[in-house]
Parts: sequence; structure tokens; C-alpha cells
Amino acid sequence: MLALGLLNMSCGGGRSDTGEAVRMIQNTGSDTMLQLAQAWAETYGALHPELSIAVTGGGSGAGIAALINGTTEVANASRRIKDEEVAKLPSPPQEHQVAVDALAVIVHPDNPVSQLTLRQLSDVYQGKVTNWRQLGGLDAPIILLSRETNSGTHVYFLEEVLRLGDKESTDIFASQTLLMPSSVGITSEIRRNPNAIGYDGLGYVTAEEKVLALADSDDGRYVRPSVATARDGSYPLARGLFLYTSGQERAEVKDYIAWIMGDDGQAIVARLGFVASEK
Amino acid sequence: MDASRAALSRTTRPTRSGNRMEPWIERAVRLAGLSAIFIVALIFIFLIRLSLPALTRIPLSAFGDLRWYPIEERFGLVSLVVGSLLVTAVAVGIAVPLGLVTAIYLGEIAPPWLGDILKPLIEILAGIPSIVLGFVGWVALAPLVQRLGAPTGLTAFTGGLILAYMALPTIISIAEDAIDAVPKSYRDGSLALGATRWQTIYRVVLPAARSGIVTAVMLGIGRAVGETMAVMMVTGNAAHVPRGTSMLFQPVRTMTATIAAEMGEVARGGTHYHVLFLIGALLFLITFAINSVAARLVGRRRTGEGGG
Repeated sequence: MLALGLLNMSCGGGRSDTGEAVRMIQNTGSDTMLQLAQAWAETYGALHPELSIAVTGGGSGAGIAALINGTTEVANASRRIKDEEVAKLPSPPQEHQVAVDALAVIVHPDNPVSQLTLRQLSDVYQGKVTNWRQLGGLDAPIILLSRETNSGTHVYFLEEVLRLGDKESTDIFASQTLLMPSSVGITSEIRRNPNAIGYDGLGYVTAEEKVLALADSDDGRYVRPSVATARDGSYPLARGLFLYTSGQERAEVKDYIAWIMGDDGQAIVARLGFVASEK
Repeated sequence: MDASRAALSRTTRPTRSGNRMEPWIERAVRLAGLSAIFIVALIFIFLIRLSLPALTRIPLSAFGDLRWYPIEERFGLVSLVVGSLLVTAVAVGIAVPLGLVTAIYLGEIAPPWLGDILKPLIEILAGIPSIVLGFVGWVALAPLVQRLGAPTGLTAFTGGLILAYMALPTIISIAEDAIDAVPKSYRDGSLALGATRWQTIYRVVLPAARSGIVTAVMLGIGRAVGETMAVMMVTGNAAHVPRGTSMLFQPVRTMTATIAAEMGEVARGGTHYHVLFLIGALLFLITFAINSVAARLVGRRRTGEGGG
């Protein structure tokens, strides 16, 4: 599959074996959606050898910036486009919600803590709670892991967890938070550090990390992230994943997005641990 | 006169075209030299021009903020500068003594056949891409540092270790060249006066090779200050001013890693964009200061030699 994807990339702009010119579709943005976008591109590319779909990551902001300066036709974003970003586009963008992502809070499998409230999580990430003992765990310092500030996941976590959805709040991450350049950076540090806590898209979590159950209020029910709890909204950290186009995209781009929204594209969403978007 | 000229032209006939080329070659060499200055000046002007808006838009005191959190317009540079200095200090503290001792061993003590094997190997080390070293640091070195008792393996110390490894080949090969260039007569004279081998190395060879050694150390430091990818992978990138006795074993965020991590995303022309250029200008000034100190150290030695 991967080799096929690379092959598609490498012959971009060239000619397919039928001699027909290969047309490129550039697809850039959210790292959370990278695996997903690559899987779509590979499967769709195999069905349409005349198309070459080049997928790159960099973060939601980078994808939308690329859409604004015209270097990509499809931007992947794990957040909604901001008003100031819309203002920079020549025409109103087309928004397609292609999946739902649940953000999992993960710790080392040996960590005895298995559930937290959002308020506890907020205190932890603000540096108000610094020892696992205060959360019912062992006497050990809490090592905070986060994505870099340019990641849509970081901003989502800041707004929904640290600030508990309060728009007026100016709370920010504790300065000792380790900022990891990638999702894999977070999961691999979690696997080797029993004191670390991090967050990542459910699609990136493996059996080697322990997923915490979360409650959205102090007397609320603790819910573990899963396809069912993300879609029914009972898991507090679930969000939409979007594709943005300029609204003036070519017909083949429109076809591609229609395929993603269809049964085949949504089957891939489910296979990668994300939640298929509801019609 | 005519005869001698004829003789001259006869002897130089094979290189006649070379003679005609000479002014052009001279011009080309001069152009190459000047273009280096021109390019450095351009880079500097470019950096200053793009960082000026940052200085006009935010009050200077804002850069003294202890927090670096650009998405909330908090642009404190303290933690970044401290991070870079700390990582560089660890790297220099390890690489300079180790590099000099290795250079002395290669130049003065090792049998020539061993030197012939080791030197090319050390130069190959210099060619390892930094991202590969960063990967090794991430996979192998960080867990090791964590086992030493640090709360996480991603610390200033881990970054310093990787940087020391990267600076070593530069320091060793330039310092060894400098030691090698010391005339044999110096050593012979010293030994003939009854000095021991160690006294000869310490009192005669090293002072004579001083300017080259200083250059080696400065280039090594320069490499450490400016290195980005490897550092970004192993220092944890927490924009935090480390305090206390365990400060080396806390995560830090360097200036270079900050530029690399944030430049791709930043809105062109925004305050954050210009502050990143300001950090670049700051890095440029630090490297410039290091080079000036090196030039002064080397220069003082030369005038000293002329006087004595």
C-alpha cells in the first residue's frame, strides 16, 4: 500500500502507463488526518491511475495557509476554519466534515490512574497539580506532553480542556510542558516514561498506551473514547475533521471529495480508528 | 630587449593563453571573495529588516517575559536564550576537552599508521546528517538519560551530548591540523633542552598551534549554537527556564528549534513572524560575537609573536 502511494507520488506530473498525462491533486494540512488522507489517496489513486494525489502534513493551520496561497487544492483541518482565514481567501471556502475524531488522553500502561475529570486534567496541564499522588497515583512528578502550538490538536486541547470551553479564560499550558513535533513523538515518549501524560487522536493510540476515561464535570460519568462514545457525544473530547476547498476546485477534486464522503471513503475512516461522519 | 622578450615569449608559449586569462581569473577570484561579504551583508540586512517590525510592535520589556507562548502573543525570549546557552554549554564542556585531547593524541602520540586510520574515520563522523544523530539520540540516548534519574530523557543534557558528538569531528580535525603544522624543529629544540614529551606538548606545541586550536573550538561552538533538527528531537522543547541543581536534566527549548517548529505555520507579516526573524537575528549576532572573540584571540597571539 505504502509502496503504491510512493509510486503515485513519484510519477506525479508524468505519464501513467496508458500514456495519458497524470493530473496532480495537492492535499495538505492536519497531522491528525495524515494517515487518513494517505489511505484515501492510496485507495482512490489505485482506482484512478490518471490521478496523482500528493498528501503532506504540517498542521491544520499550514493546510489552510496553503489553501490561501494557492499551493494546495484540498486543506485538511482538525478544527473549523477561522473567520480571519476565510477573509484571506478569494472566495468563500467549501467545508466538508469527513469524520469525527476523539482525542484520547494517554498514560503509560503501568500508571495506576485510569480516570480523570476535565477539571483535573485542566489543573494538571496548567501545572497546578504536579504529582501523580494528588490524582490517586504513585508519588512521582507528572511529565506533561503536548503537540506544538501550531497543531490544531494543541489549540483544541487548550480551548476545550485547559480553559474548559470558557472563551474569556486566558489560562495557558504550564511552561514545563514538553512540546512534541509529532503525534508519534507523544506516543513513543508515553510508552517509555511511566510518569508522562499526553493526548493524541484516537487513531494514533495503540494497545501499548493506556487510555484514560474522562468525565466532563466533577459529578459526571467517566467515559472512555470509542467510536460509539465519540459519535453519540458522551465522550467529552470529540471533534469534527474537515476538508476545505476554495469553492473553485476542478471537477476531479469534487469527485474525489464525493468519494471520500461516500461509503468507500467512510469505510477507511472507520478502519483507521476515527469515527465516520454522520450524514 | 627584443631578444629577451622573444626568449620570454618562447619559454612561456605553452601558457600564453593563461597569460591572457590571468586578469580575468584575478577578477573572478576577487568577485568570489567580495560576493561572500556581499551575501553575508545581505542576509544581515534582510534579518534586521524583517525583525524590526517586532521591535516596533511590542515593547522591549515583553521580551523579558518568562513565557514563550506565541499563539497568545507572549513573546518572552528568556527561556529560549537560556535553553540555547545551556545546551551549548553542555556541548562545549564535553566536546572541547575531549576534542583537544583526541587531537593531541592523533598529532603527537599515536603511531602514524593509527592516525592514518583514525583521521578519515573522524572526518566521516562529521558527515553524518544531524537528523540521523537526532534519531539516535531519541531512540537510544534519551532512555539512557532517563535511567540516570531524570524525570524524562528529553533534557538539555541529552541535547548537549548529541551536540558534543556533532562538534567533535570539527574540533578534532582542525585542531589536529594546527598541531600538525607546528614545525618539527620546535619539538626537537624543546626535547634537546631536556623537556619531557608532555612538557613539549603543553609548553611548546599547544601554544604554537594556539590560533588553529582557537579556530577549532570556535567552529565547534558555532556548530553547536546553530544546530536545529537533532536538538529539536531530544530536548523536549519546553519553553521553560530551568532552575535548581537539576537544571541540566530538565527539558528546554532552543532558539533554533523554535524557529524550525513555528516558521512553517506562522502567518506572514504577523507579529509572531517578525519575532521569529528577531530570534534569527539574535542567533546571527551570537555567532558573530563568537567569531569576533575568536578573531581577537588569534590576532593577539599573532601580534605577540611579531613583538617577541
